[in-house]
Amino acid sequence: MSSSNILIIEPGLAEKHYWRDLWRYRELFYVLAWRDVAVRYKQTVIGVLWALLQPVLTMAVFVVVFGKLAKLPTEGDAPYPLLVYAGMLPWQFFATALSGASGSLIGNANLISKVYFPRLIVPTSAVVVAFVDFLISFVILLVLMAWYHFLPSIRILLLPGFVVLAFLASLGPGLWLTALNVKYRDFRYIIPFVVQFGLYLSPVGFSSSIIPEKWRFCYSLNPMVGVIDGFRWVILGGESRIYLPGFALSCGVVVLFLWVGVYQFRKMEKSFADLL
Amino acid sequence: MSDIAIRVENLSKSYRIGRNAEKAERYTALRDVISRNARNLLRTTRDVLSGQAIVQGDEVEEFWALKGVNFEVRQGEVLGVIGRNGSGKSTLLKILSRITEPTMGRVELNGRVASLLEVGTGFHPELSGRENIYLNGAILGMARREVDRQFDEIVAFAGVEKFLDTPVKRYSSGMYVRLAFAVAAHLEQEILIVDEVLAVGDAQFQQKCLGAMGRVARQGRAVILVSHNLPVVQAFCERCLLLDAGRLSHDGHSPGAIAAYANTQAKRSYLQRLPKSDGGPTITRLEIRHLKIRDVTEILVAVTVLSNISLIGALELKVSDAVGTPIGIASVGLLNPSALYCFHPGMEVIVCTLTLPRLARGLYSLMAQITLPLVRIVDATDESLVFDADPEPRENATRVLEASWGCGPLEIPLKIERSLDYIPS
Repeated sequence: MSSSNILIIEPGLAEKHYWRDLWRYRELFYVLAWRDVAVRYKQTVIGVLWALLQPVLTMAVFVVVFGKLAKLPTEGDAPYPLLVYAGMLPWQFFATALSGASGSLIGNANLISKVYFPRLIVPTSAVVVAFVDFLISFVILLVLMAWYHFLPSIRILLLPGFVVLAFLASLGPGLWLTALNVKYRDFRYIIPFVVQFGLYLSPVGFSSSIIPEKWRFCYSLNPMVGVIDGFRWVILGGESRIYLPGFALSCGVVVLFLWVGVYQFRKMEKSFADLL
Repeated sequence: MSDIAIRVENLSKSYRIGRNAEKAERYTALRDVISRNARNLLRTTRDVLSGQAIVQGDEVEEFWALKGVNFEVRQGEVLGVIGRNGSGKSTLLKILSRITEPTMGRVELNGRVASLLEVGTGFHPELSGRENIYLNGAILGMARREVDRQFDEIVAFAGVEKFLDTPVKRYSSGMYVRLAFAVAAHLEQEILIVDEVLAVGDAQFQQKCLGAMGRVARQGRAVILVSHNLPVVQAFCERCLLLDAGRLSHDGHSPGAIAAYANTQAKRSYLQRLPKSDGGPTITRLEIRHLKIRDVTEILVAVTVLSNISLIGALELKVSDAVGTPIGIASVGLLNPSALYCFHPGMEVIVCTLTLPRLARGLYSLMAQITLPLVRIVDATDESLVFDADPEPRENATRVLEASWGCGPLEIPLKIERSLDYIPS
């Protein structure tokens, strides 16, 4: 046993070895995510099809309502279902991540009050679970592209970058709401509402280009606007254009949320075991 | 290089209790917070206007779950922690395993800590036994390759080979617990913290668990064991801490700590109970009237029985030592069914003398019950009387046997009948 192994517990000292611990417990992170994925569709009849059914049905409704009835324009010559689905993908990821993360600490209360590990692992692995669903529903996008004989441009290679952006955009608010939910259970009722509301506030069923020019910058305060626009820009290619000032603003909001999320989570984390 | 595994200095933890304490509220609604803050603001404003000092949250009360605790644990040592409910044992374990932070003080841990505050933490009912071994291992801080290496041993220890791929929700509770403890028993951390987990499983499995923990200690790792099971603590821990209301009241050899723990029990010479509603015979009062400790121990006991019916049964008096191990039973009727006791309607006081061999110095307890022998218990005093045996040395001795020596409760007389021929070398 080397002396470097000595661990000191003092009030307020947890800060110092927190990030090192996070690295040390990385295996637990995989295992928790794996557990949630493994358990997610146990004892369901159609299993993983649920991950496909939800976005497809929502997309169908949006295509009918926004595309056929309201006759909103698409971006360039992309088919409307493709436009909706390219927006639906990151939104679905965001929504699943948010509700998954916010309930994760309460769902794992027995773990939190009995074993030590960096608590950040729990909501983050919930976001990873949402990411697995995202990858599964991505298959539908490929099917849609094949159906419409739509060939993406070279920009599709940038997709991983936007996936990371979507991940960070989900993680920030996810962490914050998770911590708040432990303290104020009001958020259990607020989150489903936010998710439902946000579906219409974000450009999921329509292209953000229909937003009047003067409002577009303000509209980009919603971080999902930047993420969805980015997804459409790389997936639809061609005519789809990105509104750069708005995109930069959205990215800034994502970073801000991420910082606030981590900061607030770390601040409240110490009292989790006493609060749960 | 020191051989100290854990050093605890002046460790304290306070919880804020009271209506205003934020920390004490497990379930806070935003509405409550707003109204409370409004109330606090109002009070603060009033205080400022009237020129008084502002008292933050005057409904807040501080509760010290742990106060100024100091101790050290060497490597390879098994330390027992005992104390009544609410004496701070769990808080201490929670701080050592880093689940909560202390309010004051400092802990040095020399090595990785594995804490078993509960058996099967994080087991998921839907997953199979195999999957749960990996899951639980990861939660307790084992690396995947550590689990891989010991997988077969864990399965053999738990004895669940046949059910490895069955979801654990289909396990019997015994299998579940065995599997959970098996994972824990194979942890390789340098410090092991165990809370009352031995209360589960059958006697054979408990023995196995104790064996596993002994092996851990012999490997030079430190073990902290919290238990209410005093015989286990006595058998297993050389040294023992006694916590009382958040303070460390005894730190030393286990028998001494256990004796000190037993001493905190209230000594009392009588207890009273309410009659039962079914009208059967009830022991309404049990009293030790007189205690004589010489070469034999004589206890004069008065049992008051109230009954609305007639019943022929047995009266039994049980004596146990301080850790609760039974010493013996005295009865009318248990061993001789032709001499049962007849309880008549009304109240009667049965006075009897128990004659015990010479007892070691220490505390003992006495309880009474009325039974239909080998059929059922009609009434039993749930609590017991506690009496103190404090014998004088025999004529030919200068010391008395102490119960804390762990040699058992009886001082057995010895007389040399003859000595074999002495052959000088």
